[in-house]
Amino acid sequence: MLSVEKIHSYYGQAHILSDVSLALAPGEIVVLIGRNGAGKSTTIKSIMGMVKVTEGQIRFGGDDLMGEPPHRIAQRGIGYVPEERRVFTRLTVLENLEAGRQPARGGAPHWQAEDLFALFPNLAEARHRLAGTLSGGEQQMLTIARTLMGNPGCILLDEPSEGLAPVVVEQIIEVIKQIKTQGLPILLSEQNLYFASLVSDRAYVIETGRIRFSGTMQELQENAEIRRQYLAV
Amino acid sequence: MGVYLVQFLTGLASASALFLAASGLSIIFGVTRVVNFAHGSFYMLGAYFGFSFVQMVGGGAIGFWVALLLAAVAVGLVGLLVELVILRRLYKAPELFQLIATFGVILIVQDAALWAWGAEDLLGPRAPGLTGIVRIMGTPMPVYDLVLIAVGPLVLLALWLLFNRTRWGVLVRAATEDREMVGALGVNQSLLFTGVFVLGSMLAGLGGAIQLPKGGADLLMDFGILAEVFVVTVVGGMGSIFGAFLAAVLISQLNTFGILIWPGGTLVLMFILMAVILIVRPTGLLGRPETVGHKAAAGFEQALRPAGPHYKLFVGGLLACLAAAPVFVDEFQLVLITDIMVLALFATSLHFLMSTGGLVSFGHAAFYGGGAYTAALLVTYAASPFELALLLAPLGAGMLALVIGWFCVRLSGVYFAMLTLAFAQVAWSVAFQWSEVTNGDDGLLGIWPSLWASGTQVFYYLALVFCVGGIFLIRRVVFAPFGYGLRATRDSTLRAAAIGIDIKRQQLMAFVFAGAMAGLAGGLFAFSKGSVFPDEMSIPRSFDALLMVLLGGVESLSGPFVGAAAFTYLHDELITFEYWRLLVGSTIVALVLLFPQGLAGAAKHHLGRFLKLEADPEAAAPSPRRKAREA
Repeated sequence: MLSVEKIHSYYGQAHILSDVSLALAPGEIVVLIGRNGAGKSTTIKSIMGMVKVTEGQIRFGGDDLMGEPPHRIAQRGIGYVPEERRVFTRLTVLENLEAGRQPARGGAPHWQAEDLFALFPNLAEARHRLAGTLSGGEQQMLTIARTLMGNPGCILLDEPSEGLAPVVVEQIIEVIKQIKTQGLPILLSEQNLYFASLVSDRAYVIETGRIRFSGTMQELQENAEIRRQYLAV
Repeated sequence: MGVYLVQFLTGLASASALFLAASGLSIIFGVTRVVNFAHGSFYMLGAYFGFSFVQMVGGGAIGFWVALLLAAVAVGLVGLLVELVILRRLYKAPELFQLIATFGVILIVQDAALWAWGAEDLLGPRAPGLTGIVRIMGTPMPVYDLVLIAVGPLVLLALWLLFNRTRWGVLVRAATEDREMVGALGVNQSLLFTGVFVLGSMLAGLGGAIQLPKGGADLLMDFGILAEVFVVTVVGGMGSIFGAFLAAVLISQLNTFGILIWPGGTLVLMFILMAVILIVRPTGLLGRPETVGHKAAAGFEQALRPAGPHYKLFVGGLLACLAAAPVFVDEFQLVLITDIMVLALFATSLHFLMSTGGLVSFGHAAFYGGGAYTAALLVTYAASPFELALLLAPLGAGMLALVIGWFCVRLSGVYFAMLTLAFAQVAWSVAFQWSEVTNGDDGLLGIWPSLWASGTQVFYYLALVFCVGGIFLIRRVVFAPFGYGLRATRDSTLRAAAIGIDIKRQQLMAFVFAGAMAGLAGGLFAFSKGSVFPDEMSIPRSFDALLMVLLGGVESLSGPFVGAAAFTYLHDELITFEYWRLLVGSTIVALVLLFPQGLAGAAKHHLGRFLKLEADPEAAAPSPRRKAREA
């Protein structure tokens, strides 16, 4: 349902992505895996219209997303969970959710604040607290919940495990599995192969702005050469 | 006792109008990151519209208040127009372009108001039913003041409800923190920005309208309130409504009581207060640190390069023309070229500070004027010879820059810019108010060069040597290790600090150097005109310099010279018209919209790569902004 074909992206004059193609089918979780600076976040930002894409094609459902501003892309049903969380620190938890709220969308699950509080019990207790006072894990939960308030038809999840304690990462894995049961496809960017293997169906390996491998998670697990070349630290 | 209480209440009453205007500026800045220089003009328009609507709607008590609200709505519509036509296209441009564009709006509004309401000050209508006087502990006080005292907190409450109890308010607050994220969540930023700008304009308009019964309407209101509003928003903390209220009360009290203690020095008091607060709390009373990461897009991404062979030829040709000019042109034109060269040096010094140092100063005229006054005071009081006075001019301006810069470099970005403006205003008010020494508004006269240099031709060559020498010196510094270090601090403060550069010291040295060069220009100016007036230090003069830099293009080193020439030409051409401000303002706005890289930048874009004016044409790849426009 989301397809990226041969895109080239730039930061200023720096050529970051070359010929990146990937696809996301309904209900599947796909991981975009690679080292720091490989181009994971840039790929996700390119889909969101936050980075300049000069060539290629990005389609979602029947819509052409190329050249659209980020808010249109979000309104079309792409939910973006940024890296480093970016919650609105001076707004309360409830107000953060309000900022993410968009009208219900046909064919996508409809979320109310109370549904999300059921999914994230920690947030329910903190609903009137300022987001800036939450722990890192709680902020990560909040940014996922905030995106779900937009009732997206697919989710781009940028490095959700970054800088979080293992116990929090486990909670996030649970949440991702929960979201998957609703039939929402997720494009996950990740450095951690173990984390990715717990939730993902398929994988793309990215290195210096190019896709180096694409296949099922199992194929990646079995391909020691690819892992050594592009993922070993 | 009653006198002091009434004085205190009067302070609260005048705080209201100030708070309305300042909260508007603060809200606009918080979300759009635009410092709206035209905000004072919106305040002035509110007063004029209010005056007309009160006449139209009629005199009843309800009619009066309806008229004031209508005035606010009308100003909101003006704000809508300004946002849609001008600012919407400039949100991604460097701050400077937005500032200059809104400065153009100031000029346009000044002449529009002159045309619509005439040059005479208008006496404000009195509020029906509220014209009486109450006695508080025996001291009389207008009833309307009591109404004004209530208006401030009421508007504060209304704004609080708007921002905390509505979805729109939540989005505005979210956008104040991270507007890109708000967009990525599906909110149309353009609509949000427009709404915020209209709200801010309406608040300014309402502020201008409600003070009508006390202050009336006149054409000087715009700059008058602008300086105060800046102080209030900066002292209160940019983007903080409560801070704006607190600061408005503080400043108004300082004004009302300061006038009892030091009648001539209220302006100085106000800016000293601002300087002290900013040094103790750089983000203002209730402000928060600027979000890191956004500011970097200042737009100087193209590296400056040493001159290529063709460029050197071009400059050589230009110098030859300048050297030969006295043979070909008449005396009047020679004076004009002298003016251009002096302004070019002034603009180049500011350009150095902005492009190489990354420090946008709104108050650079303080040093231009500082140099001019140094020379003039030396001649007047120390009977110093011309040669010595001219050489000491940059020294005096440099020392002034050392003092001012010591405070300013503690801040960055918009706060740096506003603090420089504040100090320039202090410098101006000292020159203006300390008439025993500076002769105030009448200026210092009879500042002529020695006999040998008094001929137009000789002075022309003298100016040529000093201006060209100064510009070459600045260029030399840009490509010296000091210049490289400065560019490093500009591009990444943290990384520059990590490799051992003392950031503040580096910036202070750049500030002092730029100030000294501006002072040299000011000294030359003083001797070329034979007189110095406080105008040389004023905000409009600082804007002249910014305008010249803009006309010439921020990204090119030769830009300021082109800018100074274009500025002088425009000024001379347009000043003969009755509505010259309208023409200048429209020209500025048009230039900013059409040539975001300035005239020289645009010329270089079209001709530069073809003529190989730069050393390395391969590397002079088009900037992304330029590329985006070509696509």
